[in-house]
Amino acid sequence: MNSKSANKITYQIPVGPIHPALKEPVQFEFEIEGERIIDVDVSVGHVHRSVEWAGTRRNPIQILYLAERICGICSYCHPMAFSLATERAAEIDVPERAQYIRVIHQELERICSHVLWAGVAAHEIGFDSVLFLTWQIREKALDLTEYLTGNRVTKGITMIGGVRRDITKDMYPKIMEVMKYFKDNFEKIRKIFLDDKTFKLRTQGCGILTKEDALKLCACGPTTRASGVKKDVRVDQPYFAFGDLDFDYITPDILTGEVNGDVYDRIIVRLLEVKGSIDLIEQCLDKMPSGDIVSEEKIAKILSILKKVNGEGIGRMEAPRGEVFHYVKYNGNESPHHWKVRAPTYNNILPWIPMLKGNQIADIPIVAASTDPCMSCTNRVAIIDNGKKYQLDKQKLYELSVEKTRRLMK
Amino acid sequence: MTKNILSPEEIVKSFKDEFKTKITDSRIEKHIRGLKKTEFFHIWIRTDRSIIKDIVKHLIKLEKYPHFAVSSGYDIGEKIDIVYHFSIYYGLKGKEININITVDLPKTDPTIDTITDLIPGALISEQEKQEMLGIKVNNIPKDSRVFISEDYPEDTYPWRKDEKGPGKTIRNLHEVKK
Repeated sequence: MNSKSANKITYQIPVGPIHPALKEPVQFEFEIEGERIIDVDVSVGHVHRSVEWAGTRRNPIQILYLAERICGICSYCHPMAFSLATERAAEIDVPERAQYIRVIHQELERICSHVLWAGVAAHEIGFDSVLFLTWQIREKALDLTEYLTGNRVTKGITMIGGVRRDITKDMYPKIMEVMKYFKDNFEKIRKIFLDDKTFKLRTQGCGILTKEDALKLCACGPTTRASGVKKDVRVDQPYFAFGDLDFDYITPDILTGEVNGDVYDRIIVRLLEVKGSIDLIEQCLDKMPSGDIVSEEKIAKILSILKKVNGEGIGRMEAPRGEVFHYVKYNGNESPHHWKVRAPTYNNILPWIPMLKGNQIADIPIVAASTDPCMSCTNRVAIIDNGKKYQLDKQKLYELSVEKTRRLMK
Repeated sequence: MTKNILSPEEIVKSFKDEFKTKITDSRIEKHIRGLKKTEFFHIWIRTDRSIIKDIVKHLIKLEKYPHFAVSSGYDIGEKIDIVYHFSIYYGLKGKEININITVDLPKTDPTIDTITDLIPGALISEQEKQEMLGIKVNNIPKDSRVFISEDYPEDTYPWRKDEKGPGKTIRNLHEVKK
């Protein structure tokens, strides 16, 4: 317990490393005055798996499958960013058709991730019926992923120099059918998230990240765009076929005419991005040229080319949560000399601090979840109150959040 | 936001004019994508570690808030290379340029100044380089481990490829201070 003055007593509340609002462990140390958070410290690393170290003991093709397992939701972005970095280091050209197919898979992954997130966010504030509705929609996205790649989670579609499976004309009707399903349901979801009074009460003015803080702390993805920063790798540096497609930065002022940088704005950005992704997939189907889907089909040949590479490259992609960044350095061996992976949450950890300051304990789940952190979830919070330590389990913290929603609904 | 957009060649020239011989190497990578042959650029600059802060200040002249993605680092025998990955001109459709700044630190004195006073978002990246490579970042505001647990052995660094590397420790982590 900290005592700042005779009247103002603050308490330390550790949240995590295990917590229901997060998909992977992370630890917050909150300093609380009454119900209000006045300071936060974040520590990460509870599930560091040494993936980069393991990568330097594998060949680049094996790394593709290792990279898929960095994150279950961004299981396309990581191997693809590694592939981009490798293609740049080895100066491998990717056929144009493959660049379009790469866009389709990336945008489908974004729809899956954002819809999943919408369900989690609804759950955090006590709307479980919305969780089931959104995940029902996500199921369709997973079915389509399975149809196109053969897999639902780790897609196994990435290859250095292209992709492993083509999207042929006979697959178009199925894709268009799912896109229509998304569009038909979009309005329903939009209405719940953006027009519902209680949703607004819980999310507007909550977890604010100012534009200046977003820029200084190098935030990325929807988190930074919701604060009004125009930053999207797809537009800034059009990789794949994004240069051929009609697409722009998505910031909340497109819809509301203003930027507040709160949880509500982060919801707006993600919802609009789902719509943007549907449009991008349709544009790709419309404009996709014919041709090869990979620059070299024989894996042994790719490996023999990469064995001789002496160079370095970076791979950047706009993953659902923000910029994924991979750096790879080859020095003429079978395995890369160094591989650095930077997931978007790495840059969105520090922005949590200004977001959480000034909010209430009951807001922790929704504010923490609003950046869509790529960490995992279980269920224990320990509170040290006046020297007595007791546990606030998943149920209790969740109840606090739901109670606040119910209170506001009255 | 900066409106005066420099070409990649002009950016490299501005660095060379400002820092003269301290810039030891530079190259510009041009990438072309899609049917419309959209172009974008990655710049690679190698420089002396003593001017890392001045380099960042120079970047701030080009873009008020240069985006710092992360820093990479690797062991190359007698030295440790650290690569800072920045980008500028984001928010201007298709104009963003990546600038990768490489510095080498001798293993006899693997120290470098912090850049967190100029770019606060670089903190976790600097902490990571300290614990993974055994470098020392001078004046870092939070000098603690971030990804590696506190009971991991001192003076052993996972990304080092010499005697300070993890070696057999990696197979016997269960024996470490438990």
